[in-house]
Amino acid sequence: MGDSQYSFSLTTFSPSGKLVQIEHALTAVGSGQTSLGIKASNGVVIATEKKLPSILVDETSVQKIQILTPNIGVVYSGMGPDSRVLVRKSRKQAEQYQLLYKEPIPVTQLVRETAAVMQEFTQSGGVRPFGVSLLVAGYDDKGPQLYQVDPSGSYFSWKASAMGKNVSNAKTFLEKRYTDDMELEDAIHTAILTLKEGFEGQISGKNIEIGVIEADRTFRVLTAAQIEDYLQEVE
Amino acid sequence: MSIFEYNGSALVAMVGKNCFAIASDRRLGVQLQTIATDFQRIFKIHDKLFLGLSGLGSDTQTLYQRLVFRHKLYQLREERDMKPETFASLVSAMLYEKRFGPYFCQPVIAGLGEDDKPFICTMDSIGAKELAKDFVVAGTASESLYGACESMFKPDMDHEELFETISQALISSVDRDCLSGWGGHVYVVTPTEVTERILKGRMD
Repeated sequence: MGDSQYSFSLTTFSPSGKLVQIEHALTAVGSGQTSLGIKASNGVVIATEKKLPSILVDETSVQKIQILTPNIGVVYSGMGPDSRVLVRKSRKQAEQYQLLYKEPIPVTQLVRETAAVMQEFTQSGGVRPFGVSLLVAGYDDKGPQLYQVDPSGSYFSWKASAMGKNVSNAKTFLEKRYTDDMELEDAIHTAILTLKEGFEGQISGKNIEIGVIEADRTFRVLTAAQIEDYLQEVE
Repeated sequence: MSIFEYNGSALVAMVGKNCFAIASDRRLGVQLQTIATDFQRIFKIHDKLFLGLSGLGSDTQTLYQRLVFRHKLYQLREERDMKPETFASLVSAMLYEKRFGPYFCQPVIAGLGEDDKPFICTMDSIGAKELAKDFVVAGTASESLYGACESMFKPDMDHEELFETISQALISSVDRDCLSGWGGHVYVVTPTEVTERILKGRMD
């Protein structure tokens, strides 16, 4: 890049000191489907809505929760295609770390690298910021961890967080329900209840996704049947 | 004559009970002519991790500088010291980067890892790792060091006995090698302290 007419940065300061492009990106996230994550004492759960544009879409072909390394998973709110770019870059980064040090990349490091990519896209020429926020769930030597990364490239560690269409409601709900000694099973139930709160229509194993990581350090995405079982438990 | 033998070196590391020792000779020569008698081949990476570099003196210093640089960046980035295993992988990767124009060094890495478990390893100049439970040797005196270590080493020595053993092994080995010698430099590392001693041997 750099040889095109449009190779200047699209993200420029407004006179009031704001970066309007980033605010627009956050709006894109805010109108995306709801995702949330809860860090329990013995693991982390991330969950998301999976609303499809038509009933004719084969729901088994859509996978919103993705695995970055065996012990780190991620979910997005906002633009699906943008998230795939980040997933691809993050996986590459994780693989490079593994190749150099012969040990899995710590969650903090991977989150920092991913956030750095998102930051770069707010300052580079010819590109626009990513229209996604990410929730990264992992388990490493420092225990269970949950991070949220925003289009600006800022990231925070959360005990529980939500993003997308129903952020404020979901966050208030999580604030009420969250306790520090919460265990993973509890957290999964809370995650489902939080999703259910702002869900339009009937929730089922086919229109939500849940990803879980516990002390065995293997991130797994629950199957529709497993989700159905949890749904029955919360009723 | 191999470039690995240009300056001469003797390097050895041994494992004891919850401790390890690493030792080297102090000679820097140009073939048979001695240039310096206080050359350093063992470097501290952090309190529980030591690196010895045998082979060409100039590459020893350059490689050391690059590794310290990488370790400092790692410390700042990850807010922790490197585990010996991790450091060994880093050294290996950096050596293999120069696969077709290598540093003429054979490294020895010794450290205390998680739960203060001793770790020693060596590798060739292009980073092929060789892990050992007892001792590793490198340098122009490596053949005689193998013999000395094989006959003197016992498992689970305490730090005092380990110092005696590694010192005797080093001193007797360098006497059988005309390119290394002129005293020795020994580090004994336990979870709580590092002892550094300079040995005198046959100073000719």
